[in-house]
Amino acid sequence: MEFFERFAIPHPSPLIYASMVGIGLTVIAIVIGLTYFKKWGYLWREWLTTVDHKRIGLMYIISAILMLFRGGVDGIMMRLQTAVPDNTFLDAQHYNEVFTTHGIVMIIFMAMAFIIGMMNFVVPLQIGARDVAFPRLNAISFWLYFAGAMLFNISFVIGGSPDAGWTNYFPLAGTDFSQSVGVNYYMWALQISGLGTLMTGINFIVTILKMRAPGMTLMKMPMFTWSALITNVIIVFAFPVLTIALLMGTFDRQFGTHFFASTNGGMDMLWANLFWVWGHPEVYILILPAFGVYSEVIATFSSRNLYGYKSMVGSMVLISFMSFLVWVHHFFTMGHGPLVNGIFSVTTMAIAVPTGIKIFNWLLTMWKGKIRFTVPMLYSIGFIPLFTIGGVTGVMLAIASADYQYHNTMFLVAHFHNVIIPGVVFAMLAGLTYWWPKMFGFMLNERIGKWGFWFLSIGFCLAFFPMYITGLDGQARRMFTYSAETGFGPLNMVSFIGAALMAIAFILIVYNVYYSFRYAPRNVGQDPWDARSLEWATHNPVPEYNFAVTPEVNSSQAFWDSKKNNHQLFKEKRSKIHMPNNSGVPVIMAGFFFVFGFSFVFSIWIGVIIAALGIFACMAYRTFENDHGRYISLKEIEETEKKYGGAK
Amino acid sequence: MMKELFPIKQVMGFVFSLVLTAVALAVYFLDMSFQLGMTILLVTAFIQAALQLVFFMHAGESNDKNAIYTNVYYAIAIALVTVFGTLLTLIWGYM
Repeated sequence: MEFFERFAIPHPSPLIYASMVGIGLTVIAIVIGLTYFKKWGYLWREWLTTVDHKRIGLMYIISAILMLFRGGVDGIMMRLQTAVPDNTFLDAQHYNEVFTTHGIVMIIFMAMAFIIGMMNFVVPLQIGARDVAFPRLNAISFWLYFAGAMLFNISFVIGGSPDAGWTNYFPLAGTDFSQSVGVNYYMWALQISGLGTLMTGINFIVTILKMRAPGMTLMKMPMFTWSALITNVIIVFAFPVLTIALLMGTFDRQFGTHFFASTNGGMDMLWANLFWVWGHPEVYILILPAFGVYSEVIATFSSRNLYGYKSMVGSMVLISFMSFLVWVHHFFTMGHGPLVNGIFSVTTMAIAVPTGIKIFNWLLTMWKGKIRFTVPMLYSIGFIPLFTIGGVTGVMLAIASADYQYHNTMFLVAHFHNVIIPGVVFAMLAGLTYWWPKMFGFMLNERIGKWGFWFLSIGFCLAFFPMYITGLDGQARRMFTYSAETGFGPLNMVSFIGAALMAIAFILIVYNVYYSFRYAPRNVGQDPWDARSLEWATHNPVPEYNFAVTPEVNSSQAFWDSKKNNHQLFKEKRSKIHMPNNSGVPVIMAGFFFVFGFSFVFSIWIGVIIAALGIFACMAYRTFENDHGRYISLKEIEETEKKYGGAK
Repeated sequence: MMKELFPIKQVMGFVFSLVLTAVALAVYFLDMSFQLGMTILLVTAFIQAALQLVFFMHAGESNDKNAIYTNVYYAIAIALVTVFGTLLTLIWGYM
């Protein structure tokens, strides 16, 4: 029995027990459902072992939406707790755990998964490839992400959640102040999913550099692909820093080293420093693909080509480098002199310039265009003013001397939600709606979608704009309650109402999927939006091999040219197509990683050793495996093409 | 003909990398100050890395030459920014 005591929750409450029951029942329901409908084989063959970039992309997106739900519940709980003064819905410890998991779940497991899922689905189609460069590695990336996400999500029912903030600053996160295993979960969940992300970075750089359709030079790539390339370059350079910082943190917590201690030659500020050396580029990893989505959507629905293609590319390249020059602005107040603060203040303001260039390019794309107010376009149009407000408050925060007033207040919280929600969340919803027919062959209902957009936008404004005011009035972030005399009460109530509206928006968006699945007409054709880039030159939903014939391209909007300017996309004759085989190794290996991480969290060394052997066994199996892929025969291709109603 | 049979470039690179190793090893056996020793180690380490990249990992010999070198220079720039920025932030510029 003693062995199991370590899994107990240090700080239980009825809410957590209810969640335990909920999780247990859900797992049982899923197992029974799969067994009853005899779907285990289907699940294994079609999804768990797949190496198809489209399916992996979809699994990323589905996971991201689940995580959006989890992180959203955390968010609502925080707004509910602070809605009125001296509230007792959550106590201080629970509030700490909730804001910590909210941050990590939303950034690492929701936003990252969403952008990587979107890249997975769209990039190979946009460059006319059959898959990514390393399909097997891609599956490993996803399953490592998934293992990390699940590891993080069980923390609150087994052993206790991390509670030192998503930034996890030492020495608070050290064993002196965080005795439970919560921070160990943080270290290993991020480590495992971070490895997956790093592999994705390498995979996509190679894919984009090596597998473009004939004629597609770098400067003829669609803008979303450009943004994916730059994003992955940043991933490859930023994520190793996180890997090492997490490893050092693990050593500090579990092996008694003193990297981040304030004694014995350690330096507590080193964690904050390393965290933000990764953390600031991470912000741009999130926002650049969003910019890519907006570029595609705005060009399509303005019926114009993207204004300032070269300056768009140039500003992204500039951002990719400058994103590594600004990290100190996250801790202006932590004791360095005016010289350091001055330097990083200037670099931070400078990075707003290339971002501003992009805003003007989108405005000028819409200028004199024939704008169609579809759901993706509404999100894009809503993004521009809201994101600009977030950007301008960012420049306010960049003024180091003024930051002494803003630092660690709700003003900061309002700022980063103001860039991330209209930036990333709006973009992902726009992209999801835009590419939905590509994924499933039918369209999402526009009317429900518009209701969702308005609930989300108005809810967002109500939820976060009051925080600017309470923040300037001195409401600190991460404070679990406040007294009525502070006067923060009414504005926090407004904020809660906004959060509730955003929750309704989420329900509407999910309901829209259900509604459209049941009632939307199929056979929407291959180009329902009158779009411009290459991914629309194949069928909806996309067949396994993407394009029956490799397209040939001579501009960044090859599909538009083929519609309007008599450009011939498909010149070659059809022939058999070489595709990679499915494999169960990635998911099994990620399972070992999960056991490895879980055992490590609780310092169960025998589990760690067994899981590590399992991981190496999977690698060895892959090394000696003889797998040359398979061919899709010409006959099969002809049949598929015929089923889609005769291709060109 | 002779050139194909005898890769003079690689052999020279191999000899040079052995020399660099010997110089680095000398730091251990010779009695010198910590600063001088570290300087020698750092300089030989970076030359060694560049050597390996060019001669034995064939960085400049394929069509990807430009992509590879752009990547290397970008990596060096970011590493320098990170290292010196960290030193500036945590040591030199700390009040």
